[in-house]
This record gives sequence, C-alpha cells and structure tokens, in this order.
Amino acid sequence: MTLVQDLPQVRGVKNIPIQEGFTSGHRTCQGCESALTMRLMIKAAGPRTIVVGSTGCMYVANTTYYSTPWVVPWMHTQLGSSGAAATGTAAGLASMMRKGKMKDEPINVIAFCGDGGGVDMGLSGISAALQHDEYNLLILCYDNESYANTDIQVSGSSPWGANSTFSPPGKVHRIMNKRWKKNTAPMLAAGHPGVRYVATACASYGLDFTNKIRRALTIGGPTFIHVIDPCPKGWDYDPKYSHELGMLAVETGLWVQYEIADGELTLSGPSRAIQSGVRSRKSVREYLQRQGRFAHLTEEDLDFFQSRVDESWDEWWLPGVVPFKKPEE
Amino acid sequence: MTTVEEQLFMTEKEELISGSEAVAIACALADVDVITAYPIRPYDTVMQYVSQLKANGAFDCDFIVAESEHSQFEIVKHASSVGARTFCGSSGVGWFYAFEAIAVTAGLRLPVVAMVGNRALDDPGAFGVEHNDALAVRDLGWMLYWVATAQEALDMALMAWRIAEDSRAFLPMALSCDGSFLTHSQAIVNVPTQEQVNKFLPSYDRGRLQLHPDNPITVAPQVNEDWLMEIRRQSNEAMTRTPGVIKEVYEEFKQVFGRGDPSPFIEEYMMDDDPDIVLMGMGTLALPVRVAIRRMREQGKKVGFVRLKFFRPFATEEVQQALGGAKAVAVVDRDYSFGSPSFGGVLFNEVRAALYPLEKRPHVVNFIAGLGGREVRVRDVEDMVEITQKAIDTGKIEQECNWIGVRE
Ligand SMILES: Cc1ncc(C[n+]2csc(CCOP(=O)(O)OP(=O)(O)O)c2C)c(N)n1
Ligand code: SF4
Ligand SMILES: [Mg+2]
Repeated sequence: MTLVQDLPQVRGVKNIPIQEGFTSGHRTCQGCESALTMRLMIKAAGPRTIVVGSTGCMYVANTTYYSTPWVVPWMHTQLGSSGAAATGTAAGLASMMRKGKMKDEPINVIAFCGDGGGVDMGLSGISAALQHDEYNLLILCYDNESYANTDIQVSGSSPWGANSTFSPPGKVHRIMNKRWKKNTAPMLAAGHPGVRYVATACASYGLDFTNKIRRALTIGGPTFIHVIDPCPKGWDYDPKYSHELGMLAVETGLWVQYEIADGELTLSGPSRAIQSGVRSRKSVREYLQRQGRFAHLTEEDLDFFQSRVDESWDEWWLPGVVPFKKPEE
Repeated sequence: MTTVEEQLFMTEKEELISGSEAVAIACALADVDVITAYPIRPYDTVMQYVSQLKANGAFDCDFIVAESEHSQFEIVKHASSVGARTFCGSSGVGWFYAFEAIAVTAGLRLPVVAMVGNRALDDPGAFGVEHNDALAVRDLGWMLYWVATAQEALDMALMAWRIAEDSRAFLPMALSCDGSFLTHSQAIVNVPTQEQVNKFLPSYDRGRLQLHPDNPITVAPQVNEDWLMEIRRQSNEAMTRTPGVIKEVYEEFKQVFGRGDPSPFIEEYMMDDDPDIVLMGMGTLALPVRVAIRRMREQGKKVGFVRLKFFRPFATEEVQQALGGAKAVAVVDRDYSFGSPSFGGVLFNEVRAALYPLEKRPHVVNFIAGLGGREVRVRDVEDMVEITQKAIDTGKIEQECNWIGVRE
C-alpha cells in the first residue's frame, strides 16, 4: 500500500487553499457548475495529484490543446474507463514505488467521470476499482444529469420526465424519460463493503465538498464521491442561478448529502437538518419549475415527482439513502 | 540468501514449455510492473502461468484480474503513462471487447506489450485459430508480430519491450500466437538467465512524457481539426522509424543470446535457389508447409517458403526481394476479408500491394485455409502448389482466391 498525504480537514471557507490547480483556458459554458467542481476538487487535493478524466464536457470543453486549464498532471481516459484509469495509474505508481523504480511518496490519484461515463457505461469498471483495497484512489462522478457534451441526452442519472434531445416531450408522449434516477452512491457503498469512503456532495456547499475530497484521499484504499452539478445548458436556466439550484436540489430533499466512512453514515448540511427534523424539505416545485427541462410537466406530474421524493424520506429504511422499506417496529 | 526469482533464472536452461508459458517467463525476466488478465481461451494460459509465478514469489508484479477486457487494456494503458512496464493480452472477441482501449493505446504512443492468442471471432463459437482478431488493429499504430515457435515467443517478447519502449518508437506491440498450435503446444525452449536479460533490456523510461506531479503535463487534450493531422503524421513517422529500431534490437539480441534469423522481418525456407513458386504465410502454418516443401523438393519441384514475421511494420523491401524473383506466389491466409479486392484474404492483398511497384511481377494466388483451427495438412499445401503451378503454366490465374480444405 502506498502512502497517503497529510491533507487536514479545512475549518471555514477562508481556509480553503488559495492555490489553484484548475485555472483559465477551459471553455465550459457560463455558469457551468461542473467546472467549479473541478476547481474545488483540485484545490482540496493539492499539487501532488494526478488527475485522469473521462470523455465528456469536462474533457472536451475543458481541455483544449495549447490551452489546458490543468496545472497538475492530467490525462484523458475513455468514456467508460474512470475505474480502470484510476486503477492503472495507481497500480503503476504502486508497483514502481515498491520495486524502487520510483521515489516512494504519496501521490493522489483522482479519476473523474460524468454521469454518462460513470453511472451508465463505466459502472462495472468503477465497481472493479472499488474492490482493490491495495490502491489509493478516488473516483469522482460529476453528475450534470445528462450526456451533456453530446448535446444533452438522458442518462441513467437523469431525473424522471426531463426533457433532453433523446427525450423530447411530444404530442403523444409527454414523458419520454420514464426512468427514475439511479441511486448510485449507496449502490456502490452497499456493494463494496471494503470501501472505506463513499460520499455525495454539491459544489454549492464548497467547504463540505472540500473536506469530503480530503477525507476520500487520506482514508486509504479506493473511494467514491458523487457530485451533483447544475448545468445551465442541459437544465435550461439562466447561468446565474447555478449555485442556487445546487442548494435547492439539496433543500428539496432530492439530492441528499452524506458520507459513509468506515460503514458509518453521516448526513451533512441541509440534508442533516432535514433528517433530524430541524428544518422541513422545500417543495420540489421550487426546484423543478426553475428549469426549462421540466417546463412540460403537468400539475399531476409535479405531484407524482413530489410523492416519489416524499416516499424516499418517509418510507425508506435510511431516509433518502437506502430504498428498502423500514422494518416493522 | 537468494530469492526464488534469483534461483529460477540464475542458470541458462532448456525447458519443455508451451508458447504461453514462454511468454509468461519473459514477463518475469523483463520485470514487468503491471499485468492485467481476463479469461478467454486460448491466450489466458499465459496469465495462468503469470499468476503461478507471482503466487510462488518468483515474480514481483501488480497482477490485476480486470472485470473486462476493456478495463484490462485501459489499466495497462494508464500504468504505462506513469512509466510502468506493462503486459496484457486477449483472444478473439475479447480483443474486440477491448478495441476502444487498444485504439487509444496506439494513439497515445504507449508501449504496451500484448499477446494475442489468435482465435476465431464469434459467432458461431469456435476456439481455434484465425488471424482476424489481431489483424483488426493493423491500421492503428500497433506493431504486430506473428510467432511460430515457443522459443520465438520468449525471444520476441523480450525484444518487444525493448522495441516498443524505444523512444523513437513508443508504440505498442502485439505478439500474435496461434491458438492451440502455439499457446498450448510444448517445445524445448532455451530460457536465458536474468543476467543476460538485464544486459539486453534496459528499464522503461517514459522521459518527458511521464505523467507525474514532477512533470505536470496534459496528455491527450482535445485537438480537433487544428492538430489531429500533425499528430497522426507523428505516429506515422514513429512507425516508419520502427524498422530501424527493430533491426538494431534484433542484432543486439543475437549477440547477447546467440540465436536468431538473418532477418527480423521474414524467415526464408528453401529459398536459396530462387524457386519458381514461393508460398507465403504467417505463424505456425510454417510447420506443415515446411514438411510439404521437403516432400515436393524430393519430387524435384522447386518450391520455397517465406514466413512473414512482422505484419506491422510491413517489410515491403524484404518482401519484394524475397518474392520478386518467383514466377508465382501463393499467399496463405488464416483469415478473411469479406468483400475485399478479389474477395481474398488480408495478407494476400497486402502482399499484392507490396509487389505492385515491381517491374516484373509474379502471379499472386490466394488460399484461405485453416480457419477456426482447422488443420492445414501437407496435402492441402500440395494442392495450393498445384493450383499455383497452373497459373504459371497457363499464364493466367483462373481463380485468385481459393478456399482450401473446405466442404463443398
Ligand atoms: C465509447 C464512447 N461512446 C460515445 C462517446 C460520445 N460521447 C462523448 S462525450 C459523451 C457524453 C458523456 O456524458 P457524461 O459522462 O455524462 O459527461 P458530460 O458530457 O455530461 O459532462 C458521449 C456520449 C464517446 N466519446 N465514447
Ligand atoms: S453543457 Fe453543462 S456541463 Fe457541459 S460545459 Fe455547459 S454547463 Fe458545463
Ligand atoms: Mg453528464
């Protein structure tokens, strides 16, 4: 097992490192929250990090020849390869360090993927990576809820009913995407009991996200973080509302923020307040009606959407996380 | 105290091993850092031997059983990018499952070495050898070598890392080994010592292309039409440099290990008297062909054989020299290329293209044989020669592509 870095938890936004690892040169849309996710991710991880990124907006729009925004070593990997890329990078380093072919020092390995690349295509590779306890690596899935780069198509992580170029509301079929968003982080946590850290996050809560990255990189072994990223182009809203929409996703209880560290589940921020009854969930209408991708939803559709979210909080064994019915008292 | 590894490779010895075992031993001798496996017959025997070597402490490597061939090839690709020596492999549809990763490995100029245990592509299912799996990457920047014996498998594997990792090349290389005939057949192999190998094979140095925090480069950014053509051109230039690298490495190998053919690209058999008919093929086909030629020679027929070893880079000049003087060339394909010129095989059309610039061109007749592992018998080879002789006698080729040993 290779060494891990000393990356202490950050107390207070002002203590987030000033040093940037993701700078100018990228070409993402105005208000692209995924770009902010990248920036915060590498701020938290620091310069002794290798980042590998799957095909998607965070490659194509992000990393252009001669204008790369990456200050740290960065490499592209294939759409479904984040798991294998992380494994290969970590294994290469581990092998050479063990054999004395390379200086033995802690180097962070982060592979990121979009929801299309991770939640759909790359799931088997991520699962396999999470089985290798001997490698320190982090797989970060930035979820903009569509195959954004190819012009916004539904993925297994898109919300029910969302308008996309593969699920346009039509005259006969108003709801073309009838799939409910995959519950990815709990699936990976439950399926890989050896994994010491799985978390969900949102760049609207930058400090929480920073500290999750740091815990993932220092706890040892393979880890996974799933981040929700509002995408003005795909979700169809004014770019200035990205931050607010990230917050609304959490405040409505649609996106639940938590970490599972060594088997212990802890909700954070508004999710925690909702769980403990300190605050109540906002109506999903507040979130859905701010986005053009849901403009075609009827009152009935919105009620249905709300009922599914209610169910996940009121009837699930671990509210918002584990979708088994609560056992009888 | 000596380690198991030292004991194992301290003295040169002869061992009765299969082609797969020979490649596994080469992996240990080359001190490969990361090896990935996924089961598919017949290549996977190499990984069984690798895992045994590791389990017994004879080989220190990160041996990763991937969850698919795609991941298998992606893992070594990324390990190679941080400077690790790598090995991987597959067969048939497994090789195709990894195709995306295989393509980008060449695009990224990463010197991954792979073994293809040649196998027919499903459907319908068949375990036996066909060359279409490995041949599918022929346009992508992989060097492709066809092995004929277990000894050659071991030797070429050692050379493969040296050639692929030469910064003038930095291209991946695949060793094609005929399923069963080579992967599973045992032969006496001379296993060199660790000392000899260390003398021959330097460690892999990715240099300024190594992905590391001390060298914070960006690898494979989006280039689009602005730069893609220049980058393709660079890959092509690398491939055009490989024949020189190969020759150099081959000569040095012969010096250190004391064995090898005159040419690394082709092997000539009974070619000294410029025979009228020259057979050409790849891999273990050499065995029945040699027997048939000896028999026909006894009957006074002037027939020779050229075994093509490197399919990529294709040694155009050597092939021209070897075949240009013949009256007719019989190309034996253990593959097919449906709908290709003359509806022939892949090798056939490549050889024809290579001979085209010659002023005096031999007739080139094609034979599709031994698909799916069907045995190519001595009498099949005799049939091929008979058909080829007819072209010489009549001055024209009646049928350019002939399927041999097939039920009508
Ligand atoms: C194997 C493969 N299939 C399809 C594509 C085309 N493609 C490029 S980017 C992309 C979208 C990926 O979506 P996601 O992973 O969610 O990332 P995003 O673009 O949303 O950031 C697709 C489908 C590809 N590059 N590779
Ligand atoms: S389409 Fe969405 S994810 Fe892609 S660059 Fe634009 S805002 Fe970012
Ligand atoms: Mg996406």
